[in-house]
Amino acid sequence: MENVIELQHVYKAFKGFELKDLSISVKKGFVTGFIGGNGAGKSTTIKLIMNLLKPDSGTISIFGMDYKKNEKEIKQRIGFVFDSNIFYENITLAEMKKIIKPAYRKWDDTLFNQYVDMFELPLKKNLKTFSKGMKMKASLTIALSHHAELIIMDEPTSGLDPIIRSELLNILHNLMQNGERTILFSTHITTDLDRIADYITFIHNGQHIFTKEYYKIEEEFAIVKGGTNLLDRDTEQEFIGIHKTNHGFRALTANKQRTKNIFGDTVIIEKPTLEDIMLYTKKGEERDAKSYS
Amino acid sequence: MQVIISNQSKEPIYRQIYAQIKKQILTNELKPGESLPSMRQLAKDLNISVITTKRAYEELENDGFIYSIVGKGSFVCEQNNEMILERKMKVIEEQLLSAIQNSKEVGIELEELKELLTLLYKEDT
Repeated sequence: MENVIELQHVYKAFKGFELKDLSISVKKGFVTGFIGGNGAGKSTTIKLIMNLLKPDSGTISIFGMDYKKNEKEIKQRIGFVFDSNIFYENITLAEMKKIIKPAYRKWDDTLFNQYVDMFELPLKKNLKTFSKGMKMKASLTIALSHHAELIIMDEPTSGLDPIIRSELLNILHNLMQNGERTILFSTHITTDLDRIADYITFIHNGQHIFTKEYYKIEEEFAIVKGGTNLLDRDTEQEFIGIHKTNHGFRALTANKQRTKNIFGDTVIIEKPTLEDIMLYTKKGEERDAKSYS
Repeated sequence: MQVIISNQSKEPIYRQIYAQIKKQILTNELKPGESLPSMRQLAKDLNISVITTKRAYEELENDGFIYSIVGKGSFVCEQNNEMILERKMKVIEEQLLSAIQNSKEVGIELEELKELLTLLYKEDT
């Protein structure tokens, strides 16, 4: 399968934070959910993908091209939807369009008007009067009106109410119908990903932990609950992170089948959520910082 | 084509889709040659990711229930249905025979057995 985004051995260091040997790829025609806690490196990674930051070492290729030679060509084909408002506040959407339109060869006024109608956006009101949901829709309209093939969304659903979130996910489903578009969707609201994400890429502390098909997560990972008498130095090795109380333990395993073989019916095994995986990875990191992909 | 998925079920979503489409093929609700909705359309309608419907379709294809033509979509297979039905009938016959034998051993009459069967059949929906 074709990769639209490919990062290979990317390093980027700031004071007190670094991305370490990050190699990730995003497949064409699918939605990749990009998860990780605050400060995990999501935004830094997205800025690297957008060429707003340059890597210290490693290579980044987008649509199989390099920013050094093809920056303009690449940017023509990307649509970007931010979490916060990136527009000038004191102009209208119609004026905003006039500013942005000349930058894109494939700008499509008909499409722009279609989305404005569909999202019921006012063209003649100042952008500063827009609600959060309207700002997100305006940002999406701009991103879609130049026929972007790759849509990068940084926390698009944060701060939106459930109705608008659901609306957005329906729009994204519609965008994916022809199989030519690719979406990279970073989020904290992991339940949004249940409905749309094909792949999950998880980073933690500047490191790539895994990229997997979404359904594989519930096949491989599991939450295990049982009595603390079952735990010893050996059996604890089975888990990524363990939470112990006086009444028993709760832990995350990355090898559901092996855990089943070891513990049999003595434990309860349940489906994990993405939140569980994020949470237990953090819990387990003092003990073992290795990736388990 | 009706597909109802449950988020509470222990069964993975792609298995639920697989089982329901398979059932509709075996019961001839989906006729040989009939086209299935595209993976992307079904994903949208069920509000799930494309990769989930893709996996369900791939397994249906591997098991010989449907076939795909690139650029055209997926269709219900022709030849296998009768064979599968026949095979299923054979299994059912064998299982019924062993139930009959067991009944005879403990002296359960045909009427009683029929009643039991009816009851169990209706319970399992």
